[in-house]
Amino acid sequence: MNENVQTIGLPAKTGGWLHYLANPGRFLRTIRPILPWAGSASFILTVVGIVWGYQFAPADWEQGDAARIMYVHVPAAWVAMAGYAALALCSLFSIVWRHPLADIAAEEIGPVGAGFTFVCLVSGALWGKPMWGAYWVWDARLTSVLILFFLYLGHIALIRAFDNKAHGYRAAAILALAGAVNLPIIVYSVQWWNTLHQGNTISISGGAKIYVTMLYPLLICTLGFYLGFLTMVCARIAAAICERKTASLLLAAVERG
Amino acid sequence: MRTPKKRRLYLVIACGLCLSAAVGLTLAAFSSTLTFFLSPREVVSKHPAEGLSFRLGGVVQVGTVQTTLSGETPTTHFAVTDGRAAVPVMFTGVLPDLFREGQGVVAIGSMGTDGVFHADEVLAKHGSAYMPKDVEQSLKEAGKWDPKFGPPPDASSWNTMPEKTGS
Repeated sequence: MNENVQTIGLPAKTGGWLHYLANPGRFLRTIRPILPWAGSASFILTVVGIVWGYQFAPADWEQGDAARIMYVHVPAAWVAMAGYAALALCSLFSIVWRHPLADIAAEEIGPVGAGFTFVCLVSGALWGKPMWGAYWVWDARLTSVLILFFLYLGHIALIRAFDNKAHGYRAAAILALAGAVNLPIIVYSVQWWNTLHQGNTISISGGAKIYVTMLYPLLICTLGFYLGFLTMVCARIAAAICERKTASLLLAAVERG
Repeated sequence: MRTPKKRRLYLVIACGLCLSAAVGLTLAAFSSTLTFFLSPREVVSKHPAEGLSFRLGGVVQVGTVQTTLSGETPTTHFAVTDGRAAVPVMFTGVLPDLFREGQGVVAIGSMGTDGVFHADEVLAKHGSAYMPKDVEQSLKEAGKWDPKFGPPPDASSWNTMPEKTGS
């Protein structure tokens, strides 16, 4: 363990695996060789899924070709929610175990998750206009996803709002944890209340109400989007660690004179 | 002796439980306003005042759609039902492409003095089952499903059936 890493501040005593992951230097060494592969895999999967979905999968019986928007909309929505769950988990690690990597991860997940939420909202509006007859309605599903988007934006702003980084991390972690209440609301909004948005097609309990040749491209796109999210977040974390290292080296050089 | 980490963990869990309870109670209390539309049964039992704007949601009742053309704009009369009650609706204008008998719709408007819901806007609510046209046709031919009368049967009976059933 070199001294550059230590300037980021390692907790002295933690659980075994937690301790292993808590080392930003080790994270950097592990993740860097994987990044190009994960990025390429994400790109290939997304392209295969999109081309399959838009070119070869059958059109829907009811909505025709308009239903093909789901190959973008649904994976984006899933990743947006999973991203927020990851953000909340990082915030828990940040608050309870004061995990340095969790702080950096929370800071870097925000913009990526907000991006996916934005894609979900825009693709949903483009789907809604031809099918429902409206870009936007204030039903429970749409509103709760809009709140998710605002939570992401609030987190992005709050975590960068303090001169003392640690204060920003605490405040943003509390916001992220409180906002996690919204996740089950998004998932169950279509069951709890009357909504214009249709019910869940794919649920954990029941079978998928989607034909197999439409399901496969959807799953491939989902895998591509998830990998894309992970790649972007890990690349951002790696860049942030390097940035902090550079900053601390420069600071040390200045102090030495 | 509790470590600071344990204390913080318990604090987070306690705060999370309180927050979840607060949000849950709030949502339960406001459940009627969080609902995007009223069903015909609720309309019949609650009697919204004439002229009061609200959203009516349900399924277009089979055999009730009548369209008359006056000049350029069509006027459509139909009934929205939830299986237990039905409310007659009148709409002047072009309906969404998905509009058909048995289709879920949300109409925005108010009750008139004639007991008819005057809609200013009609939105189509589509189903959550995705399948090719061929599969829908073969389900229909086999008498297993008619889109006019509700959602498709159990997904496992059709989501892997062959796309073209030959004969």
